Amino acid sequence: MNETILTTIITLSSLGAVSAIILYFIAKKFHVETDPKIEAVEEVLPATNCGGCGFPGCRAFAEALVAADDISSMHCPVGGNDVMKKVGEILGAEVEEKDPYIAVVKCSGSFEHRKKTNVYEGASNCKIASLLYGGDTGCAYGCVGLGDCVESCDFDAMYMDEKTGLPVVLEDKCVACNACVVACPKDIMELWPKGRKNRRIYVACMNEEKGGIAKKYCSVACTGCEKCVEECRYDAISVTNSLAVIDPEKCKLCRKCVDVCKSNSILEINFPPPKDRAPVDRPDRKLAMTKSEEKMQEERILNRVEKQEGESENPQQNTNIEQGEKSE
Amino acid sequence: MFIFNGLKTFSKGGIHPEENKLSADQPIQILPLPGSVSIPISQHIGTPAVPVVERGEQVKTGQVIAKTGGFVSANIHASISGKIAKISDEMDSSGYRRMAIMIRADKEEQWLDGIDNSGKLITGIPYSRDEILQKILNGGIVGMGGATFPSHIKLNIPKGKKADVLIINGVECEPYLTADHRLMIEKPEELIVGIRILMIALGVDKAILGIENNKPDAIEKISSLAGKEKGIQVVPLKVQYPQGGEKQLIKALIDREVPSGKLPIDVGTVVHNVGTTYAVYEAVLKNKPLIERIVTVTGKSVKNPGNFLTRIGSPVNALIEAAGGLPENTGKVISGGPMMGKALNDLDIPVTKGTSGILILDEKEAHRKASKVCIRCTKCVQVCPMGLEPFYLQNMTMRGNFDEIEANRILDCIECGSCSYICPSNRELLDYIRLGKSTVTNLIRERQRV
Repeated sequence: MNETILTTIITLSSLGAVSAIILYFIAKKFHVETDPKIEAVEEVLPATNCGGCGFPGCRAFAEALVAADDISSMHCPVGGNDVMKKVGEILGAEVEEKDPYIAVVKCSGSFEHRKKTNVYEGASNCKIASLLYGGDTGCAYGCVGLGDCVESCDFDAMYMDEKTGLPVVLEDKCVACNACVVACPKDIMELWPKGRKNRRIYVACMNEEKGGIAKKYCSVACTGCEKCVEECRYDAISVTNSLAVIDPEKCKLCRKCVDVCKSNSILEINFPPPKDRAPVDRPDRKLAMTKSEEKMQEERILNRVEKQEGESENPQQNTNIEQGEKSE
Repeated sequence: MFIFNGLKTFSKGGIHPEENKLSADQPIQILPLPGSVSIPISQHIGTPAVPVVERGEQVKTGQVIAKTGGFVSANIHASISGKIAKISDEMDSSGYRRMAIMIRADKEEQWLDGIDNSGKLITGIPYSRDEILQKILNGGIVGMGGATFPSHIKLNIPKGKKADVLIINGVECEPYLTADHRLMIEKPEELIVGIRILMIALGVDKAILGIENNKPDAIEKISSLAGKEKGIQVVPLKVQYPQGGEKQLIKALIDREVPSGKLPIDVGTVVHNVGTTYAVYEAVLKNKPLIERIVTVTGKSVKNPGNFLTRIGSPVNALIEAAGGLPENTGKVISGGPMMGKALNDLDIPVTKGTSGILILDEKEAHRKASKVCIRCTKCVQVCPMGLEPFYLQNMTMRGNFDEIEANRILDCIECGSCSYICPSNRELLDYIRLGKSTVTNLIRERQRV
């Protein structure tokens, strides 16, 4: 009995020792020189692997940063200026300060403003719905409302507002990683400068139809009347294809365009209520999240985490959960 | 007369949905001329036509109002005489607003000179191959089975390839639809002449007309006429969906398999629909362009299901009125058949060259059941006529694994909907496969550009 144990121990330990020696020499032989800077840079990056920098993951971005001669045009939207500054220190390179961006929803066609004209019963996926037809409201440019953007968000920074049927971006969570912009088949999501004091103004409409037709299906559609263009002193607004577009670089946030827009297509975010006029009462033009909505989002995220943990390998079950979520 | 088991059909997959050919006994009626027509400039696969008329211009029936916009394109003609009221974006069956030409009708219809609008049968074909092709191009003929591929391109065989047999598609495998069925019963002589024209255009001496066995009257009528002609053969087929698909029909009739990514001409054949054949006859021998087609208006709740000879651009509404009005409990109005048709989101949408039927479903029939978990029964794999794995393609599309679906030949999918029809869990198979197809097509296009 003793002998059996002894031989086992001796055999296994000598096997281990021999393997260790072989592995040691193999590791020596096939050793790959990596720049220690890559490790250091990767350490600084936020490790979200969101792809917001344009590279597949943080490691790839770190490699690209180290390899690049000039890193001023490269930026990590999640880490922002702080992280880029640290990267700059490690690499000893100049880093440009960049204004933080946030995703904005360029559609205001809530249930109230944009009435449904037909019922869609197909797969709950914006891309599939827009392959099929112009949408269930008569406006072929607006939000489809099936939540591809929310699905794509890795940071839980979006949710579908059940009252309006439109997605809402949570300011403190959005890192401007561009995932929702790619996911949206109607190009409604856009990255916009966060602005001074988090204030920004943008045209929340994508409708390129002529004014009358646009208005027929949506009461907050931009008609291309050019009133805002006349009003803007900074030449920041242009109208192409009956649709006003604000240039965020030129916009000085004076709010004159918001006042003259008769169809309320221009949104002002995070401004205090104006002194000389009553604030426009619109459910989708909110300044901040209400307490109850915050709670709702928290619950949603918790549910999601629980579901993800309970997810099995079986992809079918995965989709079932998604559908269950929709029917809630 | 025919032994069921001895009939030909395609080998892979296929289903047999309830036939519901409610309007099979209804003779073709002529739909009264509408007060105005709205004619989309894009009624075919390929580049949209380019309008050649202006607002306020007077046009005669049969006049060209939009010319081919590229190689794969087709002429568009005025389907009524009158004034061009406007050229603007209108909702069409694509579900998007696209450019259409609206004509307000004259009090009395004026036909363009040289068009023979009498019902007289002409049998002599005094034209050469090139003349026939030119007349088909001028007539704006497109595939009328639903794909609306310009016919002159199909007939213009590329160098180095050769056709030895022409296949005529009289299958009409979609449930409910009877437009082709009625055409074969009422215009068999014209069809035979049309087949002869196509045979000359292709330079073949053999043509096979495939008809499903649920149309015995059409088989009998055309067989008796074809018997006198040299080289035209009528073959009854076993009822099986989607036998009207080009590749399925080729397999069923001449037992050749079109390889993945290839065209029927690569196996020495060209397929044309009977509707197209009739349009070719009219365009070549009567100078009449494609300005009208037969549309089946049907549905279990419809008062008088029927087949109507309709001018292109007439609103769907007019057709529904002619069939006894829109039933109160309507849930969905579909352009085309129940398997491959598309729900309309507006009843003013015009009839186009590819509108084979208008199907009205009641609320209960129209409702789509909620999708459930895949139970791995492989029914979708069994019925797929292209030998694909629909459940896998859906799954990989959901996960964004587009390389995988491309390798699994997603582009071979003919979107017949057999998989979604058979799925006991009501999974949205075709919805996702369509998404996968369009994404892969875009990826390939991008790759070619680079």
